[in-house]
Amino acid sequence: MSAKEKPKTLQLPDLDRVALVDEVGVEERVARFRSRSIKNASKVEALKMILSMIDLTTLEGQDTPGKVRQLCQKAIHLHDGMPGLPHVAAVCVYPPMVGIAKKALGNHNINVASVATAFPSGMAPRQIKLEETRIAVADGADEIDMVISRGEFLQGHYEFVFDEIAAIKDACGTAHLKVILETGELGTLDQVRKASMLAMHAGADFIKTSTGKIQPAATMPVTLVMLQAIRDFYFATGRRIGMKPAGGISDAKLAIHYLVMLHETLGQAWFSPEWFRFGASSLANDVLMQLQKQQSGVYQSADYFSKD
Amino acid sequence: MTNERVAVAKTYKIYIGGKFPRTESGRYYPLESAKGAVLANMCRGSRKDFRNAVVAARAATGGWSKTSAYLRGQILYRIAEMLEGRREQFIAELQLQGVNRRRAESEVNASIDRLIYYAGWADKYQQIFSAVNPVSSSHFNFSVLEPMGVVSILAPESSGLLGLVSNIAPAIVGGNTCVVLASQSKPLCAISFAEVLHASDVPGGVVNILTGFKPELTGQFASHMDVNAVVYCDGTVEIAKKVQELAAANIKRVVARVARDWSGDSAQDPYLIQDTQETKTTWHPIGS
Repeated sequence: MSAKEKPKTLQLPDLDRVALVDEVGVEERVARFRSRSIKNASKVEALKMILSMIDLTTLEGQDTPGKVRQLCQKAIHLHDGMPGLPHVAAVCVYPPMVGIAKKALGNHNINVASVATAFPSGMAPRQIKLEETRIAVADGADEIDMVISRGEFLQGHYEFVFDEIAAIKDACGTAHLKVILETGELGTLDQVRKASMLAMHAGADFIKTSTGKIQPAATMPVTLVMLQAIRDFYFATGRRIGMKPAGGISDAKLAIHYLVMLHETLGQAWFSPEWFRFGASSLANDVLMQLQKQQSGVYQSADYFSKD
Repeated sequence: MTNERVAVAKTYKIYIGGKFPRTESGRYYPLESAKGAVLANMCRGSRKDFRNAVVAARAATGGWSKTSAYLRGQILYRIAEMLEGRREQFIAELQLQGVNRRRAESEVNASIDRLIYYAGWADKYQQIFSAVNPVSSSHFNFSVLEPMGVVSILAPESSGLLGLVSNIAPAIVGGNTCVVLASQSKPLCAISFAEVLHASDVPGGVVNILTGFKPELTGQFASHMDVNAVVYCDGTVEIAKKVQELAAANIKRVVARVARDWSGDSAQDPYLIQDTQETKTTWHPIGS
């Protein structure tokens, strides 16, 4: 069953029965991913894969239509000088910028993702969150990145969070829903696993680590726990869920470590922008610099790559 | 029970971003005294160490170039003070590497004096190299110096401490950051000098010091696109040609300081500061 089909019945599982996470084990496992030797040919393929998985992001209070158009231009013309590379997966913006981004991207086959539901705090009445989601979708967003109500989750009001995600999923219509857990506010890896399970059962297409506004944002241990949750959910239900680490992944080397982790946890089937994304703003440039380095043999400078 | 103590030998590591890591490559080369005894296993730095050092140096440019000239002078003076306090250690290290006591003393003294010399220039070189230019239009036209950014330095082979100091000081006093490859045959003082820098309020990343093989790393020092100027102090015509060709990729400035006697007074002058400065000329409209 593809993720695009809606599951027939949604039911909140008993989160008290979600398996506990061995924190020390996770740290050790992550350390192993970082020590894999990646040969040059594989590295080039990995860099291309990473490029195709990037959600180029601008989520600042100071964003203007001009800034968003500029980012879209960057997405379209990212590597005109290096033909044969894949384009980024999506451009990620605030809801009022969706129409502008949609128009700027034209028919270049790059998705528009919009954050919604009172990003980044998630502190708003549900009615408003739903309305915001509908507006973003109506303006042409292909993907919605929602935030969960961490306050409610931490109080143990799982039903509330569950219903909220399900309602937003409903409001999304055909748009893909990514659910941001904001793991930096959840405290423990056990909570991360619980929140992942909750979001997947509530109908999320993707689960995403962070807004990027809270430190720590995406870390490898947190991402590993979420990947394992996705694997367990897949074995239990047959539904495949995507993963998006976001925030703090700014260099290509680290992104390759994430791919290694993805490969060794979920396998090749997830090696596609349909199932794995990086939320990042500066990662694309570093990936291009590394690709250029592989071509020319000379270490590159940020001076020669567009800033935004 | 015996009271004989086992001496603790120092591990010489490289200096990147204010830290002392080992080379990422895990390679070493034994440094031998004139009599063939192994003095230390030096890190044989790799191109990846160099790349990491450039990243650290680039990150440090913003803060260091905005540090006031006065404070940069103070920090250089502080380096000299710290070096003075460790004179005996440096003299001993030079002697281990085959320099006699008298010459070692004078090399360390000259190194300290050289730092003081450039500390003094910190807030003065701008005056002598800047100008108000006569132009025949209604503009106020002036030229000032700005640091170039990241400077890679292939330090002189023959002079382990003085040659190193003589090339680092003029680069950093002008607000540049640098990545230095120490003398391959006399590298001990370079790493001890990194410890001096580390204790002298020099921000991490402003000076990065590697040890390793010159033939292996020269090309990297010259070709890296994120390096703004390359200084080399030894070499044949072939090396000069190689450095200049590779440096052309991003039109980095090439500074040749070949066959200099670093011990003389002529080895220090403000033109060495100017070597790694960019002239910025501003046209400012004025009412006629």
